[in-house]
Amino acid sequence: MTKVWIAALIALAPLGAEVTVIKNATIMTESNKGTIKGSIVMRDGKIADVGETVMVPQGATVIDASGQYVIPGIIDCHSHIAVEGGVNEGSVSVSSMANIKDVINPEDIAIYRALAGGVTTANILHGSANSIGGQTIVLKMRWGKDAQGLVFEGAMPGIKFALGENPKRAGNPPAGRGNVTQPVNARYPATRMGVEDTIREAFNQAKAYKAEWDAYDAKVARGEHPIPPRKDLKLEPLKEVLEGKRFVHSHCYRADEILMLIRVADDYGFKIKTFQHVLEGYKVAKEIAAHGAGASTFSDWWAYKAEAYDAIPYNAALMTKKGVVVSLNSDSAELMRRLNTEAAKAMKYGGISETEALAMVTLNPAKQLAIDSRVGSIETGKDADIVIYDKYPLSNFAKVQKVLIDGDLYFDRDKEVSGRPAKEMEKQKLVNKEKQEQPRPAPGARRPQ
Amino acid sequence: MKNVLLALAVFCGCATAQTPSAVAIRNAKVVTVSGPVINRGTVVVRKGLIEAVGENVQIPADAMVVEGEGLTVYPGLVDGLSTWGIPGTAPGPAGGRGQQAVAANTPSVPIPPPSRGPEDRPATTSWIKAADEIQPGDRRIESARSAGFTTAVTFPTRGIFAGQGSVINLTGERPGDMVLEPSVAQYISLSRAGGGMGGGFPSSLMGTIAYIRQIYLDAAHYKVVREAYAHDPRGIQRPEYDRALEGVLESRRILLPANRAVEMDRMLRFAAELKQPAVLYGMREGYRAAEVLKKGEVPVLISLKWPEKPRDADPDEQETYRTLETRDKAPSTPSVLKNAGVKFAFYSDGLDQPRDLQRAVKKAIDAGLSREDAVRALTLSPAEIYGVADRIGSIEKGKIANLVVTRGELFDDRTRVEMTFIDGVKFTPAPEAERPAGQRPATPSNPGENQ
Repeated sequence: MTKVWIAALIALAPLGAEVTVIKNATIMTESNKGTIKGSIVMRDGKIADVGETVMVPQGATVIDASGQYVIPGIIDCHSHIAVEGGVNEGSVSVSSMANIKDVINPEDIAIYRALAGGVTTANILHGSANSIGGQTIVLKMRWGKDAQGLVFEGAMPGIKFALGENPKRAGNPPAGRGNVTQPVNARYPATRMGVEDTIREAFNQAKAYKAEWDAYDAKVARGEHPIPPRKDLKLEPLKEVLEGKRFVHSHCYRADEILMLIRVADDYGFKIKTFQHVLEGYKVAKEIAAHGAGASTFSDWWAYKAEAYDAIPYNAALMTKKGVVVSLNSDSAELMRRLNTEAAKAMKYGGISETEALAMVTLNPAKQLAIDSRVGSIETGKDADIVIYDKYPLSNFAKVQKVLIDGDLYFDRDKEVSGRPAKEMEKQKLVNKEKQEQPRPAPGARRPQ
Repeated sequence: MKNVLLALAVFCGCATAQTPSAVAIRNAKVVTVSGPVINRGTVVVRKGLIEAVGENVQIPADAMVVEGEGLTVYPGLVDGLSTWGIPGTAPGPAGGRGQQAVAANTPSVPIPPPSRGPEDRPATTSWIKAADEIQPGDRRIESARSAGFTTAVTFPTRGIFAGQGSVINLTGERPGDMVLEPSVAQYISLSRAGGGMGGGFPSSLMGTIAYIRQIYLDAAHYKVVREAYAHDPRGIQRPEYDRALEGVLESRRILLPANRAVEMDRMLRFAAELKQPAVLYGMREGYRAAEVLKKGEVPVLISLKWPEKPRDADPDEQETYRTLETRDKAPSTPSVLKNAGVKFAFYSDGLDQPRDLQRAVKKAIDAGLSREDAVRALTLSPAEIYGVADRIGSIEKGKIANLVVTRGELFDDRTRVEMTFIDGVKFTPAPEAERPAGQRPATPSNPGENQ
C-alpha cells in the first residue's frame, strides 16, 4: 500500500546526474542569442550547450519539445511561501534576530504549486510589520528535498526593511481585542518619521556594536586574549549590512520614503539592494538608479490602501527606461503561479519588448539577488533551471509542461495528471480503513433523527 | 470511555502501604529487562533496594513472602516526560503559555509588560526545578501507580524555557522523599510569549528560535565573564546575575519538541548548532523520519497520545493525505524506530488513566513493536536517556526496588496489575470504577501539545 505511494514519489524524483537534452524547442534564452529554434544539452545540473544544432551525447535522456517553448526558470523576488509559524515577528520594531532560514517548511504545497507555474527560485522574505524585519533567504523550489536542500547555495542572504503604513501600525493589546483590563502597549513608531528614527537608531547601535567587535578582533590579531563582547543576534545582521555581507530588501510605497531610505543608507554607508513594491518608484526612478538599487514591483495592483493610490501600471516600464533593473514579483502564493502573464502585462503597459518583459521575471530578479551568474537565462555554464510551456509563454493560455532545476525534473504535467487517480485511491483507502476501525454504536442505541 | 473515579480511589484507602523489613516474591516470572527473562524466579527486596534476583535465591528468614505463582514481575514503569506530581500546571489561556499565563495564576503580582526582546527573558523559568514544585497529593499519582508506573520524569512545562525536570518516585509523604534526581533536563517548547504587533516578543516561531539561540549565546558569554570575574574581579565590571542563564547552564540536556518530520530535521540541526545534548519529544510522524533520526543520534520520547480524528471534526472537511496517513501510521513509529536503531522511550502526554495508557501501548504493539521492546521503552530506555539507569529501569541487584507485579502480560486487555513496589514499599492498585457521566478528570497539562 505504501509502496505504491513511494513508487509514485520515486517516479517524480530527480533523475540524477545524467545528460538531458531538450530538442526542437523554441528557446527564449534571455541571453544575447535571443530566441532560437534548437536544443539545450544539460549535464551535471548545468547547461552544457544551447543552440540551433547541438551534439546529442549517447545515452542522453531526450525530451522532444516540438512546437513548445522553453524559458529560463522564473524567479520571484518577493515571496512568503514555505515559511512556518508566522512570516512576521511583529512584536518589536526591529526583528532582525528572526531568520527565515530557521523556519523553512519544505513540505509547503505552495512550493509544488509554484513549480507548476514555472517558478524555480524565490526570494523568501520576512513580513513587513517592522521597520527592520527578519533575515531572508533565497530558495530553489526543489520539491521533495529537506529544508537545507532548498537553499540556493551561495546566494547572499538578505534582510527585510519596511516603510510606511505597515511598520507604523501601533499594535494591539497583548491579550486580544476587546481586552480592557490590560494596557494597550502601543509599539513605537506610529509615524513615518518614527520609522526613519527606528532605522537610524538601530544602525547607531549596529555601528557601536561593530566598533566593539572590530576592537576585539584587532586585539586577538595582536595575540591578546580579551573577553569577547556579547554576540547580539539583533545587531549581527545589521553589522553584516554595514560590511556589505547582507542585502537590504525594503518594502516601500511612497516616493518621499524611498528618498528617505536612500539618504539613511548613504549616511550609514550601506546600499539598498532592492526596493520592494515601490509603487511610486516611477517618480524617483533616477534616484533609485543612481543609488544602484533594483526595483521589484507589481504589474498592475494598486489602491488597496492609501499609500498605494498613486500607483500606475506603467511603473515597471518607466523605471526600466530610467535605467533601473526592474522585476515583477508576486508577494502571493497564488499570483506566484502565473508570473509569466504578469511579465506580459509590461508589454501592454509601456510597450516593453518581449525579451525585456520576460527578463522581469527571470534575468532581472536574478540580477537583483546577485545570482545572475548562476540563473536567469539559458546560457552555457548556468544552472539547468528550465521551464517548458506548451504555447507562447507570454500568453494566458500557456501551460507549464515540465520544470527542471539543476537538470533534474521536478514537475511534469503529464505525470501529475495521470498520477492523480492512484493518489486519490490511496487516500480513499485510508478513509475507508478509518471508518471501519471506528466503534459502531451499540445495536438499539437511540440515534438522533 | 470508562475511567476510574479518582476521588473514590483516593478516599477509600485502597492503596495500602506495608513496610516489612524484607519482601520476597517467589516462583514468579521475572522480566529483568537488563538480562534474560527468568521463568521461575525470586526477587528479594530490602530497605528499598533489590537485594537479590534469580532462579535459586535463598529467601531470607525475615522476609514477607509473596507467592508469585502465575504472576510476572517487571521493573516499575517510568513515564519519560510527565507532569505527574506537579498539579496546577494547567495550560494557560489560548495563544500562549508564557509570562501572561504565569501571572494570571498569581493575581497579587502585577501583570508584566509585554517582552520587548530577548533581554526581557520572555516565557522563561529555566531555574525552576520540578523537584521543588512537587505536591505528593496530586491525584494522578495514585492513578498512574495503578497502571504500573512507579517513576516519572516530571517537568514544568509552561513557557519557552519552562524549567528543569526531575526523576521522581510516585510515592512519598514529603516531596523530598520522592526525588531520585532533582535535575535531568531543561524543557523547551516553541510556544510564543506574546501575539501580534506589540504583543510581546517572541510572537512567531522564528522569533522563538532566535530567542533560544540568543539565550545559549548569552549563557556561553555569561560563563566566560563570570569565570574571569571569579578568577580576579579587580578591574572587571561586575557581571550581572541572571537566573535565566543560571538555569540553562545547570541543565544537563535539553528537550526539544518535534512532531512532524520537518520539525525533527529542524530540531536536530538546532540541537547540533546549540551544542547541547538533546532529546526530541512528540514524534507523531516518527514513522517517516527514521533515517533522519538515526543520523541525528539523538534519543527521542514518543507520545502515547496517538493522533485521533477530532471528535468535533467537520464531517465534510477534506483531510490531507498526510493527516490521514499520520493517524494511520503514528502507532507504528516505535517499531519503525526500533528497526532503525533509534533510542526511544514512551511518555504519557496527558494520559493518566490506566486503561488509556495500556490501550495506547497496545496500539504500538499491534503496529509491530515487540512486547519486550514496549516494556523497555517504559523502563530501562527512559532511565538510560536521563542517565539514571544505574538506579532504576531494570531488575538488578542493588537497584532501587521499583517493581510492578501483574497477572498476565503487561498491556493485555485482561491483565491486572496486582501490586507495585516503590522504594520497596508495596501498593495494591485501586479497583477501577465507573466515572459518573459527565464528569471528566482534570487534565492538567499535556507536554508536547500545540507544537
